[in-house]
Amino acid sequence: MSQFELVLFSIIILLSGLVIIPLFARYQKLLIYISFSLTALSSVLAAAGGALAVANNFNQSVTIPIGLPDLPVHLRLDPLSGFFLTVIGLLSFFVSIYSIGYIKAFVGKRSVTHLVIFYCLFLIGMFSVVLSDDAFSFLISWEVMAASSYFLVMFEDERTENRRAAFLYLVVAHIGAIAILLSFGIMAGAATDFKGFSGYTFDAMRQTEFSVGWATAAFLLAFFGFAAKAGVIPFHVWLPEAHPVAPSNVSALMSGVMLKTAIYGIIRVTFDLIGDFPWWWGAVVLMFGLITALMGILYAIMQQDIKRLLAYSSVENIGVILIGIGLAMIFASFEMPLLSALALTAALYHTLNHAMFKGLLFMGAGAVLHATNERNMEKMGGLIHKMPWTAVLFLIGCVSISALPPFNGFASEWLTFQAFLLSPSLPSPLLNLLIPLGATLVALTVALAAACFVKAFGITFLGHWRGGHNPSPPFDSPLAKGGYRGVKGGKGGLEVDWFMRSAMILTAVSCLVLGVVPTLIINWIDILPEQLIGSRIAASAGEFGWLWLTPIAHERASYSAPIVLIIVLAVVLLAYILLHIRKAAVHRAPLWDCGFEKITNRMQYNAASFSMPIRRIFGFLFSIREDVRAVYPTGNPLFPKRLHYHLKVRDRFWGLLYKPVADASIWISRKVGKLQQGRIQMYLIYSFITIIVLLLFLR
Amino acid sequence: MGLGTNKKTSPQPQVPRHNIFMNFAAQINSILAALILLTAFGLLVQRRIYGLLHLFAWQGLFLSISTGIVGYVSNVNHLYISSVLTLVLKVIVLPYILHVLIIRMQIHKEVETVVNIPTTMLIGIALVIFSYHLTAPIIEISTLVTKSTLAVALATVMLGLLMMITRRNAVTQIIGFLSMENGLFLAATSATYGMPLVVELGVALDILIAAFIFGIFFFQIRTAFDSLDVNSMAKLKEED
Repeated sequence: MSQFELVLFSIIILLSGLVIIPLFARYQKLLIYISFSLTALSSVLAAAGGALAVANNFNQSVTIPIGLPDLPVHLRLDPLSGFFLTVIGLLSFFVSIYSIGYIKAFVGKRSVTHLVIFYCLFLIGMFSVVLSDDAFSFLISWEVMAASSYFLVMFEDERTENRRAAFLYLVVAHIGAIAILLSFGIMAGAATDFKGFSGYTFDAMRQTEFSVGWATAAFLLAFFGFAAKAGVIPFHVWLPEAHPVAPSNVSALMSGVMLKTAIYGIIRVTFDLIGDFPWWWGAVVLMFGLITALMGILYAIMQQDIKRLLAYSSVENIGVILIGIGLAMIFASFEMPLLSALALTAALYHTLNHAMFKGLLFMGAGAVLHATNERNMEKMGGLIHKMPWTAVLFLIGCVSISALPPFNGFASEWLTFQAFLLSPSLPSPLLNLLIPLGATLVALTVALAAACFVKAFGITFLGHWRGGHNPSPPFDSPLAKGGYRGVKGGKGGLEVDWFMRSAMILTAVSCLVLGVVPTLIINWIDILPEQLIGSRIAASAGEFGWLWLTPIAHERASYSAPIVLIIVLAVVLLAYILLHIRKAAVHRAPLWDCGFEKITNRMQYNAASFSMPIRRIFGFLFSIREDVRAVYPTGNPLFPKRLHYHLKVRDRFWGLLYKPVADASIWISRKVGKLQQGRIQMYLIYSFITIIVLLLFLR
Repeated sequence: MGLGTNKKTSPQPQVPRHNIFMNFAAQINSILAALILLTAFGLLVQRRIYGLLHLFAWQGLFLSISTGIVGYVSNVNHLYISSVLTLVLKVIVLPYILHVLIIRMQIHKEVETVVNIPTTMLIGIALVIFSYHLTAPIIEISTLVTKSTLAVALATVMLGLLMMITRRNAVTQIIGFLSMENGLFLAATSATYGMPLVVELGVALDILIAAFIFGIFFFQIRTAFDSLDVNSMAKLKEED
């Protein structure tokens, strides 16, 4: 089978899944096995098809005569869509395996049939978004994706916060979709001089030379439309609401790959459809990327909810990807194809990497949630003893996202840095200021990301269990019944099942592999910058073979992940040998309690205290409400019995940007609502006056 | 204002009648139009509900005769069918249905108004002037015999709407609606020598069915609100 057939076959499998799934609605367990095996199979096929398409520089389109008359569906598999198909397919393969274990916990508590159906639809939407070759089918797939993910977020719809989050997501997604629709409208119109409707195919748009005004309008609309989906600040508000409440497998997909479809859209519209752009577009993207990256990670550090932290971290990573794209656009418009290719490669590589490690982290968080029924990190701790597998895998995710070699996060963020550092002075004073500033901001972001994930891992898995009990567990978690002392099986007693574990293991392995062989990956995706910008970096990047990564020039910078891996392994091995060569080298003793003697589980570093220094420094960016209240039972102010400490850190954007809009729209609707009098005569008068006014106009 | 289409859509009069006939028929038609307008004002003035029914029946009769004459003048035969249909439906069937409804539901015999009658009359006069003003450019260009009735037709439509606005009882609103329909019908015959037969048959059927639906709704409204006063429907409004 050719690549295209593989991909189409995978979509057909999903479509047939939609038919099969309702038949098994009565056998929920069987349903889970069957449907998620189907999605896993189709994801593998899609990923394979996509990867082959990139490797073979495959480019072919088909026209399927379905849909509205005269509007057939155009599909095209080219390297760009192939790359994104690989990203989507790979992660959804892992997540599908994970889902078998994760969703089983819902069996008997609520029906999962609709979850499975929307999961399939969600995958169909994402696959077809990247395959679409005309604006019409693109938007339809985009909407299928948005609507099905809305229902996935709504899965546990009895909680108010879930409904609120899902609604917010739907609103932002649709505002974005309107902008995208307008952008395509402009491009389709400009392609035919606003005379026909044949310009709606991407081919027609590709062949059109847009005038500067129309191109700018189309680009800005598309950028902001896709930015709303990607969670670029200030359009990110839905992300930290929707991700925590969605089932974890869904959050993994939404964060890992759905956001990437927006990145795909930005690249497709800018580099492919419009093709020729002034440098300041790149500056806009770069600035949004920088703000998003820095603010995203700062917000992430402040969070106590582990999934919310991960959601904000996705915002940050989208920022990093946008930085790469912005740089690529700037360099491309200044005719520096090699640097531009480097920056674009970095962005694409980071897209792939982020899908892997963020998927892994969300799956890990889901495993923790599954075991403890808790999202609040303040109530976790010490889980490394109870969930050793999850802990190690989550740690791998943390190491990758913190950009530590030899894992994949490092490779792509290092490339982004190289794009900054190798940049020569440009003929624009603004850019000469922005690029060094950007480099420092990225450095700060990466450091903060490391701090953030030290917190995420440390508070969750290290120390002692902090939590109390939870009154109404959806999962029958042992921890919910009063702490982990009662867990049977002792060590490892909370570990999740093998489906979830193996999915996480696979993802973690791919994180490592992607990090260790960057040259091979760059070789593989090199066709993309070749097609979009007209230059490739594989020749210089792989100048010294697969062992050494040398972007542009080896005398400037080089990195060898395999050697780092070997050194890391050697050091670990050495330490292990040194420690364990004699049994007596490791002592286990009670904690040193400073002579206090009554040390409790709550006397630990916690999430709020960990982030306190950063909160002090960057406090002006947040709206912080902190109050300390002491209780004096004896009335004597010298002997407080207990202290209450309340901390509320909120996103400033909500109050500054969204609340006024929301309030204004409610105010306007109230005013407009006054038109509804409930009296027929009034309504008749409305129509009467309208008729008379229209007649006057038409005369 | 759509003047070019006038000739395209109107069925061509095959053989024009003799000139004297034409003039005479035009005169009669104008008189009938004036009578229709008069009945429309009568509907606005009438305070008793049976009076309303009679006036409505008269309006239908004038409309029917006028349609017949237009049909004779223009030699468009299907207008005779329309004329008979109008006669049957609007002079006999609909008034009868409404009559039965009024008796069955023991509706208050007095018409309840929202705006008092002299004011309504003044607004009506203004509307008539407005419609003459509106149709002036059409009348200038049109070559049909019936061109002068177009303004009257438009005025009848507006007066019917005005009646719906200023009455409180659902039955009177229906009469206003039907009189509006009369005006539309007159407009169709006077502006273009009538619509195609199919359309007119459809419209007639619609009116009949509408009358039945209104009847059913009256009963529903009355069981829900204990009155046919449409103001009580304000209860349906969503409160904040």
